[in-house]
Amino acid sequence: MVRNYILSAALATVIMIAGSFSAAAERFILIASTTSTQNSGLFDHLLPKFTAKTGIEVRVIAVGTGQALKMGSRGDADVLLVHDAVSEMMFVKNGFGVDRRDVMYNDFVVVGPSNDPAGATEAWDVAKAFRNIAKSGAAFVSRGDNSGTHKAEQRIWIDVGIDAAQYSGDWYREAGAGMGATLNTTSVMGAYTIADRATWLSFGNKGGLRIVHEGDKQLFNPYGVILINPKRFPHVKEADARAFMDWLTSKEGQGAIADFRIDGRQVFFPNAN
Amino acid sequence: MGEVENALITAARLILTLDEDLAEIISLSLQVSLSAVAVAALIGVPLGGALALLRFPGRKTVIVLLNAFMGLPPVVVGLAVYLMLSRMGPFGVFGLLYSPAAMIIAQSVLVTPIVAALSRQVFVDFWTEYEEQLRSLGAGRGRAILTLAWDARSNLVPPVLAGFGRATAEVGAVMIVGGNIDHVTRVMTTTIALETSKGNLALAMGLGIVLVMLSLAVNASVFMANEAATRSGR
Amino acid sequence: MSTSSSGQNILKPVPAPGDFRGPRVVPGILPLEVRRVSLDLGSRRLLDDLNFTVKSGPFTIILGPNGAGKSLTLRLCHGLLKPTAGEVLWRGIAAREVPKNQTMVFQRPMMLRRSVIGNIEYGLRLQGMGRRQRRERIAEVLKLAGLESLANRAARSLSFGEQQRVAIARAWALRPQVLFLDEPAANLDPSATRAIEGVLRAVHSSGTKIVMSTHDLPQAKRLADEVIFLHRGRLLEQTSADAFFDSPATSEARAFIEGELLW
Repeated sequence: MVRNYILSAALATVIMIAGSFSAAAERFILIASTTSTQNSGLFDHLLPKFTAKTGIEVRVIAVGTGQALKMGSRGDADVLLVHDAVSEMMFVKNGFGVDRRDVMYNDFVVVGPSNDPAGATEAWDVAKAFRNIAKSGAAFVSRGDNSGTHKAEQRIWIDVGIDAAQYSGDWYREAGAGMGATLNTTSVMGAYTIADRATWLSFGNKGGLRIVHEGDKQLFNPYGVILINPKRFPHVKEADARAFMDWLTSKEGQGAIADFRIDGRQVFFPNAN
Repeated sequence: MGEVENALITAARLILTLDEDLAEIISLSLQVSLSAVAVAALIGVPLGGALALLRFPGRKTVIVLLNAFMGLPPVVVGLAVYLMLSRMGPFGVFGLLYSPAAMIIAQSVLVTPIVAALSRQVFVDFWTEYEEQLRSLGAGRGRAILTLAWDARSNLVPPVLAGFGRATAEVGAVMIVGGNIDHVTRVMTTTIALETSKGNLALAMGLGIVLVMLSLAVNASVFMANEAATRSGR
Repeated sequence: MSTSSSGQNILKPVPAPGDFRGPRVVPGILPLEVRRVSLDLGSRRLLDDLNFTVKSGPFTIILGPNGAGKSLTLRLCHGLLKPTAGEVLWRGIAAREVPKNQTMVFQRPMMLRRSVIGNIEYGLRLQGMGRRQRRERIAEVLKLAGLESLANRAARSLSFGEQQRVAIARAWALRPQVLFLDEPAANLDPSATRAIEGVLRAVHSSGTKIVMSTHDLPQAKRLADEVIFLHRGRLLEQTSADAFFDSPATSEARAFIEGELLW
C-alpha cells in the first residue's frame, strides 16, 4: 500500500517535471525589455493584438536596460526593446544586433515632495531644476542601475556640471533598483527623483510626491527595437521576430501604441519611419 | 495600519473569489517547488545517507561544503544557473532558460544541500542505533542506507519540509532564470516582488498572506499524514 | 520442555544447516578458534589473552559476572569488533567483516520498522532468496518461535519478550551454523524467559551451534552443555557444564556459583 503511494507520487513528479519541459513546444518569441516599460502596462495592451493577428506568443522578460543588453549579447532573447540610444548603437556596432528601428518615445518627469522645498517647479529647464535640488541639499534618489532612466539622469548632471556621485550617501542616494523600488524609496524619504511618465502614472504608492518638472526636450526618451543577430546566434527565431518588429512599426502597431492610455493620458508616442 | 487591513481584505477577496490569475500563479509555484523538492529528496536523501555511512577521502570536506551551501543565496544560485543555461553557456543548446524547467533546476540546486545536510544528521543518529544489527544481518553499506531511509522515514520528513519551505520562499533564483514572464514563469514570490515594485503594496501583501497560508496548509497536511502513519504503529 | 508457550510442538525436526538452497552444500565453518586475543580501549585492556576453541555440538554458555567481557567476546567472535592483538579464526581462516553462516542476537532487540514477517524476511532477501522459498522459510520459523499469531503485527508494537523471539527467529531464519546470543533474556520476565529458552532449545535441536552469554546462573544450569567462564577480561575455565557446576576449578568460579562474586 505504501509502495503504491510512493509510486504514484514518483509518477506525479515525473509528469509535473515533464510538463514543465513541454512549455517550449508552443510558438513564441522572447523579448528582452525594461521593467519600466513592463510596469507601465504597455505590453498588456499591445501584445495580445499581435498574438491575435499572427498566433505568435510574445514572452517579455523585463529587466534593467543593462541586463537586457547583456541578455541580448548572450543570445538569450530574440528581440530587444530598450530606450538607450547610445548603448543600442554600440550593441549593433558590436554585431550583437541588426536592423535597429525607431518605435516610439515617452518622456521622463521629475517628481518630488508636494511642497517642493528645492524649488524645482520654478526652474526654466530641467538642468536648472537639478541644480536647485543639488544646491538645496534635498535628497535625490537615483536608480543607480545603468538603466535608460539612470543614464538619462546622469546626462543631465553632466550638463549641469555637477558630479553627483561624489555626494553619494549624502543627499544623492543610489538605490541600485528598478523604477518602482526607487519610487517607493523616494516616497518614503520625501525626496526627489526622475521617473518615466508611464511608471509614474501607474505607480500605486505616490504618497506625498507630485510632478515638479516636465516637458523638456532633454526629458524625451526614445525607444529602439533590435533583432538579435541571427548570423551570430542561429537559434534566434528570425522570421517570427521580424514579423513582430514589422507589426510594431506598421500603421497598426503604431496606432496601438498611441491608443494606450493611463488615466486618460497618452504616454507613448509612436515615431517609426 | 491601513495597509495591513487592506492586505487582509485583498487576501480574503483573492481567495474567496477564486481569482483565476491567482490560481494559475499558485499552481505554477507548487509545480515548480514540489518538483524541485522531489529532485532534491531523490538526490539529497541518499547523499545524506552516503555521507553518514560511507567512508571516503574528502568526506569531511564534502560535509562542510554541504552545510555551507545550505545558506547559498538564492540570487547567486540563480545567476550561476543562468550562466549555465544561457545560450552562450554550456547547456544553452537545450534552450531551457525562461521556462519552468529552468526554475526547477535552479531550485533543485538551492534545496538539495539543505535536504542532504539535514538528512545526514538523521542517518548518523539512526546508524548509531542500527549499525550492529544491520552489519550482523549481512547488510552492506549501500543496502543499509536504503534500510535506514525506510526506517527513519518519519524523521526524514522535516528535512524535506525545510527544503520545501526554502523553495517556496525564494525569489532570487526563479526571477533570474525564469524571467517572471506573465502566464509562463510568474510564481507567487516573483508576483509579490513585481507588485511591490509597482507600488501596489496592499496587493503584494495580500499575496504574501496567501503564500504563507499555502505553506501552512502544506505543512499541516504533512504533519497529519505523519501522525497517522506513526499512530498505526509502523 | 517440548512445547512453546503457545502449546505447539517445537521439537519438530527441521532441515540441517547448510542445505537450504537444495543441492548446494555450504562448507562447515566450525571450529572457531580464538587465539591469543586481546582487546584494548585506549590504555585499558578489556580482554586479555583469550584462548579457546568453539566446536560444533554442545550448547555453549559464556558465563561470568557483569563487566567480565562476555559481550565483547561475542562481538569479536561474530566479527563486529577487531581484536587489538591475536586472531579469530574460522576453520583456520581469519575473516574480514562479519562472515556468513553465523548470526547474532543482541541484548536489546533491534526491530526494523516493519512487520514481524518483514523483519524475518529482511535477512533472507539480503541472501538473495526467492519469494516462494522465503515464504516457506518464514512460515517454518514463525512456527518454531511461536510467532504465527503475531506475524503481521508491527514488530515495534510487540512486547520486549516477543521482540526477542522475533530477533531469534530472524537470526535463525538465515540457517546459520552458529548462533551467538548476548544475554537475550536479560531484560525479560520469567515467563518470557522460559519462552525464549524453549525456542533456543528448538534451534539447538535443529543442529545450529549456540554460543550464548549470560550472568544468570540458573539459566546457565538449565541450558548449558559447555561453559566458558570469564572474569575481568580473562578466560578462567572452559569445561563441560556438569564439571563446571559440580566442581569448579578456580576460586572465582566457585565464588560466582555461590552467588558471591558480583564483578
